[in-house]
Amino acid sequence: MRRVVITGQGTINALGHNVPDTLAAFREGRCGIGEIDIRDLDRLSIRIGGQVRGYEPEDHFNRQQIALYDRFTQFTLMAAREAITQSGLDFSGQLSNEAGVVLGTSGGGMTTLDENYRSVYEEGKNRVHPFVVPKLMNNAAASHVSMTYNLRGPSFTVATACASSNHAMGQAFYLIRSGVSRVIVTGGSESMLCFGGIKAWEGLRVMSRDACRPFSANRNGMVQGEGAAVFVFEEYDHARARGAEILAEVVGFAMTADASDIVMPSRQGAARAIAGALRDARLAPADVGYINAHGTGTAANDKTECAAVADVFGAHADRLMISSTKSMHGHLIGGTGAVELLACIMALKDGVIAPTIGYEEPDPECMLDVVPNEAREAKVDVVLSNAFAFGGLNAVLALRRA
Amino acid sequence: MSDSVKDKVIAIIAEQAVLEPSDVKLDSTLEDLGIDSLGLVESIFAIEEAFDIQVPFNANDPSESEFDISSVAAIVRAVEGLVADQKA
Repeated sequence: MRRVVITGQGTINALGHNVPDTLAAFREGRCGIGEIDIRDLDRLSIRIGGQVRGYEPEDHFNRQQIALYDRFTQFTLMAAREAITQSGLDFSGQLSNEAGVVLGTSGGGMTTLDENYRSVYEEGKNRVHPFVVPKLMNNAAASHVSMTYNLRGPSFTVATACASSNHAMGQAFYLIRSGVSRVIVTGGSESMLCFGGIKAWEGLRVMSRDACRPFSANRNGMVQGEGAAVFVFEEYDHARARGAEILAEVVGFAMTADASDIVMPSRQGAARAIAGALRDARLAPADVGYINAHGTGTAANDKTECAAVADVFGAHADRLMISSTKSMHGHLIGGTGAVELLACIMALKDGVIAPTIGYEEPDPECMLDVVPNEAREAKVDVVLSNAFAFGGLNAVLALRRA
Repeated sequence: MSDSVKDKVIAIIAEQAVLEPSDVKLDSTLEDLGIDSLGLVESIFAIEEAFDIQVPFNANDPSESEFDISSVAAIVRAVEGLVADQKA
């Protein structure tokens, strides 16, 4: 079995258009959630989100690219550029033939769907632009990364709602660990902050109108975000041989299905995924210093997640730190695990634990150390990243300090 | 050829080819102009939108379509025909 390390990271999200700005926001406990700016906002009852601001596609892509790239693809390409540049990799020859792209997204080209449904249903037009299909398809982002960087190996898109990115990065980990490939570009992206994307979530009545306050007794729901994060996963010896900077090592991954309910989470399903990731990484519970929680800010998730952590870690649950950065960047749905992995790598590499902001009142059912409101300096050797999706599909990654 | 149709078609093709309209010659082929299959479909969409016509074009086998795309002049003639039919 081969070892898997991370040699590049990139992002664009509500906290910043790159990794340094995002990490600075994590350290400062800055909130990227605010009033959103989209068409027909007055017809929405939910008007806040972690929207990417100050972003103009024309600054980064030419007219023909914009005609083909939905916003979720644009975000992916921005993040991929930063990650691949940092890795220093150049894809040619045999490496190009085996290197692939495995990305997560839930909605794919939702903005494209939204705009074109408007044009045919609301405006009554009978003709749509010829690129609607290549723009909206869920694998568009993965394919454009593959085309842009000449990545010709295993490439696909994973859609498991809110766990999409973690499932995608888990597949990337497996592909390298098993020797199929030496490099996989992986992560995820989401751009669901369009009228239809928010309206659909409104229907579930789990959205907050003011803030995302995970684990706080006065929390009142989740807040959507948008953006992408992309990583270069690389086989350890390959990275060592070329003298690459290793940001962290991916040491374990596990997936479970609750097989019980389409929206309600399961304590047992979550606990089995967490325990499975530890087992896969050959780690003991006491090795874990930090968990980046799924922490959506809904009553159902936060209680279930805390109970699952208590089940797996026993007394050590009170000694580890667990925070939800969704309080700052919002819930990026299929892209969320990827942006949250940035906080995991920051914890390992820089010894800074990103806080759970907006925390106001302790909840007796969530009495773990949630790193409330302020980032904390702490040396940790092993971290976990939790993702528990609608549909009961859970995916947990384990990372170790390089 | 009416200038208005010709000029509009050339403007659409020039935009797709990222050229100045003056660089698009009537005897140019789409291949000469560097317009690939996706660019062609996008041009046809733009033509349909600009003239409010339906272009009988099937991307599965462009040579079998009634719509002649063998040169810029052929496209202009075909569009003129469709515009005239629509008015008739």
